[in-house]
Amino acid sequence: MHKLRLNLLHLYMGLFLVYMLAPLVVMSGAAFNDSKLPSIVPWKGWTGKWFSEMIADERMMLAFANTLWVAVAVAGIAVLIGTAAAILINSVSGKVRTALYGMMISTILIPGVVIGISTMILWTKMGNALGTEFFLFNPGLHLSVLGQVSYIAAMVMLLVLARLQSFDAGLEEAALDLGASHGQVMRRILLPHLYPAIGAGAAVAFFQSIENFNVTQFTRGGADTLTVYVFSKVRSGITPTINALAFLLIIVTLVLAVAYELNRRRKAHEEAAREAEARRAEALEEAL
Amino acid sequence: MQDLLRRYGPGLTGLICLLVAFWLVMLVIVPNVTLFEQSFRPYLPVVDIGGPKDTYSFRNYLKVLDGATETSLFGIAFSVPVHVKTFFQTIWYSMVVTVVCFALAYPLAYYMAKVVRPRTVPTLLLLLFVPLWVSEVLRAFAWWIILAFKGPLNVLLQGLGLIEDPIRWTNMGYTGVMVGLVYTYVLFMIFPIYNAVSSLDTNQIEAADDLGASWWRIHWRIVLPHAKPGIASGAVMVFMLSAGSLLVPSILGSTTSQWFTQTIDQWFKDALDWNTASAYAFLLLLLCTVFVSVAMKVFKVKLSDIAK
Repeated sequence: MHKLRLNLLHLYMGLFLVYMLAPLVVMSGAAFNDSKLPSIVPWKGWTGKWFSEMIADERMMLAFANTLWVAVAVAGIAVLIGTAAAILINSVSGKVRTALYGMMISTILIPGVVIGISTMILWTKMGNALGTEFFLFNPGLHLSVLGQVSYIAAMVMLLVLARLQSFDAGLEEAALDLGASHGQVMRRILLPHLYPAIGAGAAVAFFQSIENFNVTQFTRGGADTLTVYVFSKVRSGITPTINALAFLLIIVTLVLAVAYELNRRRKAHEEAAREAEARRAEALEEAL
Repeated sequence: MQDLLRRYGPGLTGLICLLVAFWLVMLVIVPNVTLFEQSFRPYLPVVDIGGPKDTYSFRNYLKVLDGATETSLFGIAFSVPVHVKTFFQTIWYSMVVTVVCFALAYPLAYYMAKVVRPRTVPTLLLLLFVPLWVSEVLRAFAWWIILAFKGPLNVLLQGLGLIEDPIRWTNMGYTGVMVGLVYTYVLFMIFPIYNAVSSLDTNQIEAADDLGASWWRIHWRIVLPHAKPGIASGAVMVFMLSAGSLLVPSILGSTTSQWFTQTIDQWFKDALDWNTASAYAFLLLLLCTVFVSVAMKVFKVKLSDIAK
């Protein structure tokens, strides 16, 4: 490739990374600025007070706890439903498969606003129709969980379905022939093969749930999750406590990313070492 | 189905079907049908619900036509209902965001797939993933700080001598919203295009180069056509996310920028008129369905390609 174009592309990549990461740096920097408004200019000196104020903010801590339990619930339910859906899709074919698969996938494309409103209306109307005060039918974070599951389950389904493609159904046949029960086939043969995808699905579901704003905003009733709380803070009077929170989240993300990267490099290194070993052995064999 | 029964027995098969049925019926179909049904009912006090006044009509949908506002397009002034204007502005600016994201993402995706050493790609991907993991509300908030009147961007531009006076970025129509949406969703364009371009055989590019094709011709005739499914997938994702976004327009919007989701939110939260909110939400759903169908037709791809 032409030298100039190559350099331009390198430059572009660098600039793009700056574009992606600079806002995060600005946001983190503002967490340490001793100024009532969240900004890095003018710099009024270092301070750690926004962190102590953040910990003292009870509503934020409550919102944080809410976010965690919602995310865990969403991950749990979405993994159950998504895995079941993948197994079902994998065992049907033809028109039924196309229809089912299309319906499942389309949930990812429904706007969050629509999911939020429709979930809210359905469950509260059902409560009214049944004339019950049971908590399930009132607005609240449990409805947020249901709304979020409705599209996050499809993501889990896609991950598990991809993993199912590499599954050898003959193993199940063999187990059945050897007298395994249905439960054992599922527990000992199919699920262990799917665990990596299920784990990835749970992680995706967990983070998608933390991210979610649209569905939660319409279904939450009076309760806060972190995203909703930050949003209300940004719209009303903000103090840099949000920046302190953002800084901590970015640090956690970076630590996880670096750990992942180091692990990956170590594995790649080992792999390369093994390959070299194999090549040497082969060469040796040939020489002999 | 027979297969499932034979492998896992009636109990587990029943459980699997029950879980899927709960998902598709209770969480997807019934809520959307209810939304559709409610959108035709009037907003009434609780005592009147089910009474003689509770009849179906198109009144909620016709509210879109209330309240005319003066607009001009290509120099021609005309009056249009304010919600219709919001609706089309949302579509238009979402399309602009999609195009800008594509322009930003394509060279980058090509670079990662074909130019850079394969060993550095995972590191690059990881770096790009970092902002994606930091939540959407914080990404919008970061730009709120940057674009502030006395914020770093104005200070930087003034320091470089590019502008004399600070600019009110968040009070320039849809500027703030555009900036925020592009930053938030550009990654959804990069990854599908990167995946599509990676699967292109590099020999094809080299062959074209050897035969004397110019660089833009190589892209136009070889790389772009090959990347089409990825582009379709990215475009659909970015458009849907932008048109459906409520966070970014609410945080970075100006007094003159209104997003259709904000209108829905106002009917729902401020007017407490859930029925009209349903009608508007249904319009949004319709818009998205039409957009996806058109994108599938234009790019000749299937739904399963988009969702990858």
